[in-house]
Amino acid sequence: MARSDGRHRKAMAERSFAREVEDLKLGDGDVFRGEGILAITKALLQAGVSYVGGYQGAPISHLMDVLADAKDVLDELGVHFESSASEATAAATLSASVMYPIRGAVTFKSTVGTNVASDALANLASGGVTGGAMIIVGEDYGEGSSIMQERSHAFAMKSQIWLLDPRPNLETIVKMVEEGFELSEASNTPVMLEVRIRTCHVHGHFRTKDNKKPDFTLRQALESPKRDVNRIVLPPASYLHEKEKIEKRWPAAVQFIKDRKLNEHFGPAEGETGIIVQGGMFNNTMRALQILGLADVYGNTTVPVHVLNVTYPLIEDELATFCAGKKAVLMVEEGQPEFLEQALAHILRKRDIQTKLSGKDVLPMAGEYTTQVLLKGLKAFFADHERPRLGNEPPIPDPEPVLADPSVKALAQVVPPRPPGFCTGCPERPIFAAMKLVEKELGQHHIAADIGCHLFSILPPFDIGATTMGYGLGPASASAFNVEADKRPISIMGDGGFWHNGLNSSVGNAVYNKHDGVIMIVDNYYSAATGGQDILSSRAESKRRATNNSIVDAVKGVGVKWVRQIDHTYDVGKMRATLREALTTKEKGPKVIVASSECMLNKQRRVKPLLAKAAKEGKRLVRERFGVDEDVCTGDHACIRLSGCPSLSMKHLDDPLRDDPVASIDHTCVGCGNCGEVAEAAVLCPSFYRADVIVNPNGLDRLLARMRRAVISWLSARRDRRRIAFPA
Amino acid sequence: MTRHETFPTSLSTDRPITLAILAMGGQGGGVLADWIVGMAEAQGWTAQSTSVPGVAQRTGATIYYIEMVKAPDGVHPILALMPTPGDVDVVLAAEFMEAGRSILRGLVTPDRTTLIASTHRAYAIAEKQKPGDGAADPQAVVTASGVAAKRVIASDLDKLAARHGSVISASLFGSLAGAGVLPFPREAFEEAIRAGGKGVNASLAAFAAAYDRAQNPDAASAEPAEAIPPKADPLAPVGHPGFDALLARVRGDLPAEVRLLAAAGLRKVVDFQDLAYGEAYLARLADLLAADRAAGGADRGFAFTAACAKYLAVAMAYDDVIRVADLKTRGSRRERVSREVGVKEEEILYTTEFMHPRMEEVIGTMPAALGRWFEARPGLVARLDRFVSRGRRVRTGTIRWYLALYVVAGLKRIRLRTLRHSREAAHVDVWLGRALDVLPRNYALAVEIIGCRRLVKGYSDTHARGEAKFDRVLSAVPMLVDREDGADWLRRLKQAALMDEGGLALDGALKTVATLGE
Repeated sequence: MARSDGRHRKAMAERSFAREVEDLKLGDGDVFRGEGILAITKALLQAGVSYVGGYQGAPISHLMDVLADAKDVLDELGVHFESSASEATAAATLSASVMYPIRGAVTFKSTVGTNVASDALANLASGGVTGGAMIIVGEDYGEGSSIMQERSHAFAMKSQIWLLDPRPNLETIVKMVEEGFELSEASNTPVMLEVRIRTCHVHGHFRTKDNKKPDFTLRQALESPKRDVNRIVLPPASYLHEKEKIEKRWPAAVQFIKDRKLNEHFGPAEGETGIIVQGGMFNNTMRALQILGLADVYGNTTVPVHVLNVTYPLIEDELATFCAGKKAVLMVEEGQPEFLEQALAHILRKRDIQTKLSGKDVLPMAGEYTTQVLLKGLKAFFADHERPRLGNEPPIPDPEPVLADPSVKALAQVVPPRPPGFCTGCPERPIFAAMKLVEKELGQHHIAADIGCHLFSILPPFDIGATTMGYGLGPASASAFNVEADKRPISIMGDGGFWHNGLNSSVGNAVYNKHDGVIMIVDNYYSAATGGQDILSSRAESKRRATNNSIVDAVKGVGVKWVRQIDHTYDVGKMRATLREALTTKEKGPKVIVASSECMLNKQRRVKPLLAKAAKEGKRLVRERFGVDEDVCTGDHACIRLSGCPSLSMKHLDDPLRDDPVASIDHTCVGCGNCGEVAEAAVLCPSFYRADVIVNPNGLDRLLARMRRAVISWLSARRDRRRIAFPA
Repeated sequence: MTRHETFPTSLSTDRPITLAILAMGGQGGGVLADWIVGMAEAQGWTAQSTSVPGVAQRTGATIYYIEMVKAPDGVHPILALMPTPGDVDVVLAAEFMEAGRSILRGLVTPDRTTLIASTHRAYAIAEKQKPGDGAADPQAVVTASGVAAKRVIASDLDKLAARHGSVISASLFGSLAGAGVLPFPREAFEEAIRAGGKGVNASLAAFAAAYDRAQNPDAASAEPAEAIPPKADPLAPVGHPGFDALLARVRGDLPAEVRLLAAAGLRKVVDFQDLAYGEAYLARLADLLAADRAAGGADRGFAFTAACAKYLAVAMAYDDVIRVADLKTRGSRRERVSREVGVKEEEILYTTEFMHPRMEEVIGTMPAALGRWFEARPGLVARLDRFVSRGRRVRTGTIRWYLALYVVAGLKRIRLRTLRHSREAAHVDVWLGRALDVLPRNYALAVEIIGCRRLVKGYSDTHARGEAKFDRVLSAVPMLVDREDGADWLRRLKQAALMDEGGLALDGALKTVATLGE
């Protein structure tokens, strides 16, 4: 496959994580200061892992990115790191810990990643592990989450994987990573460490230890392989696994958690009421208690608080002891179903403990537990069960009076929504501009979307896409629409989704079932939405990975006959023509368009320093930027409706004859060309121009420029003389 | 923190200082949060920041939240992971509507919140995609912040940062230091910037400027104003005898309420064509003024003539290829582009125009009779269109392309005989005729009819869509002419037409108008 835009890059990741890598080298007694997810990364090395795998995605991308840049640290420790093809691959990687005393960890975003991984996870959990196996899940829940709101807890329960939910404090998190491996080994069960999105990004500190070389290496395992048919999920062993889970592994885990006191207690031992809280909910709960005058900022509280750093399994004795003698307890458990509350109710009932159980009656069943929400719930709980605690009701922060003010209420109509969108110069923008233009010609089509940056096309100004079913499943989700009709379905998938799962589940499926739809594969050279990691088809040259594998070759390999490669997505006219052809051709079977241009965010990171260097060295180069002739623009903003580029905005002119602001391009423009292409393809208006600035011009440039200027200046001066010169 | 007396357990009354940063992805909110945390830690405080960068990337609105507390040795504070409405000491808003969002979220309360905001605007897609002016009203944020905040420190921190070659995180940080709401000396702030290690000098300069402005907000207005030359009086002579004579007519013959608009209009049409065209504009305006007077316009501030002065000029100076070519070949344009793009002395600038001429434009530029002859032969036009209609990259810096545009601009001489001109003139006649018909019966409605000209704008499809909307809006006039609130309804229709491209809002509004008589 010839590529016109096949510049090869040397470096892997465009962003450098060199500073973070330094943090991984800290030793005994040093202080780490940084993000939660990096603390976890460091904790893995302190725990002596042999291998780490995972699939990138918020909020755990940093773990992967930093390890990808930490080759020397990992080599020295003998740790194998791998960017897995998918979460399923990552989870399957943990099988190295089944037979051998090898510690390993994998990471992904949950619950979406856990969904993908669940087959491998279930098999892993059934047979059990010898070495500590840890799954670090970045729980993407609450404000700013990009996925469906579900709990990983259900996965832990169904497969019997222990679930750690450490309170968001780096010391605690690191401790839970280290002890989590021990728990895993003591109970022959994989452990899941759940970290919420804000915890991953929380900035804090902890005292570090030296990194630990694994006691038993992967090499040793390979050279003296072991097998035990009883660890394989195959009858009759699988029936025994279930028994073993209950009879051996569960009790062992409970004992370990009790012995190590993984769950914590704050406040007085006794009290009329008490609070049981998921570790992750601890800080906000304490803030709510503090506001109510029942705790302080240093963790002292007048209310007994039991913190579940392990939310599965629950330690019945601990909970029974905590509840016994109390009039009522409140279970603070975010998300639904209320697994913990149900389990606690069951424990209390079984043991005939008459403590009242409160939870989702005073706290909302759904939604994020912010301090504000917890404050309301705690107040209601104490009002019901221990009124004196609220005392004379200290004044609590209350925005309501301000929010009720008419001038503040009026803001709701004024402040515009600001959803995320394509970056300045994004190569995906022209693809969707072309799609809008085709829509104007051929009418609306059913468009199945996928996961990735291109999903921003569902928002204004494009408003494209009807469904999204999962990563790499865009075309698969159009499978039912394989019937005779006057319009074909269009489905979209990113290069990330394509390699994650899409090649088989979407493209292969479409070939096999003779699907007649159009499949648009958006290839931006990276797994862009997760932070610009390299993937199979990335154009970077990498010593450690095999990149530059063609998507076109792959789809042809699974049998697609109609394939079009567009190497420059900014060519809106060509994009539109190709899409039109795909939608109207007589040819049957899937029509695959691979639209390739480099992610602009990553390209800028790559190119900007190079250009600055070249300019400094006096090399000739051309700087491009777009502009709008404001006299020509009439302020209809059709260009903006086909773009949405952050650098294409509007400005109000100081002209009494004009009502509407004109389009305007600011200095953040990267000169991608979309504005001009769209104006041309959509026959909009001639107000766009591209300014090419020749930096460090050579002799020929200067000569030509002088000649041209002479002629043009003469001509324009000639006409200017006849014009009335108006003062500005 | 209120200490609770019922329970003797000794609770500390320390409370953390809380800060929320409201920003858009790519604005450097993370850098600002790192500076604040780094500074607090360097001063021996415990600081914690959290964010949800997943949405912060790519221009979405996001919040960074910071808490800091001076803890006794060996004690670990428990800090919250998100702001609690009503419990925030400082809100830093990196854009003015984000300041509004912070107020809407209850983060700004009068008992404690210092609101530090940049007044600049980065328009959201919902604002800028409207075919009209969708910009949100900043005054609403000004009013609300007066109600919600304990103290407001607001100025254009984006521009301030740019002036010092830096970005808004630096000027926000300077404002924070200057506001004096954190218990740290200025040097601690500056040290945090130095520790960051990137673009230190520019950041420090922007920091210092913002610091001074926050310390002394009154002096901000006294800062050296950017060299904006005072605008020339549009009614003052320009030194061209012919034009100045026309301007004298504006001053002498037109009522005061109309003069400024008429002077601007006159300049526009003369610049579009020539002095004679300007004279025609004034003559037409005189006729309209007479009708206005007859309809009692004197008591209404000659609102009708004022509207005509504005929109007649816009209509007469329509957007045709000759005008575009003229504007793109002027000497002044080159200078403007150089300035906007920031071209240095030794660098060379070329511009490329993105044009897409079609047969319609070619025919429009023909003498009217010839143009009509072509129009009567759509088959021929379609065949010719295949050669004409395509995107053309016009490199105005090369002699060949410049000459081509120069020649098109020179067609000005025959402009008033072209098909396009005859069409535009006819459209003006019909439009003004309808307004004049209505004028004696419903003055306010007639003024609104003139204002509907705002809908006609753009080129090609945009222009056609605008004209269609214009016609549809005016189709309601017969239903409205006898209604006292007819003008209000027509204004609503016009506004609806500017809401969306497809005219969905207009459809709805027209349906409502149709039911008025029932």
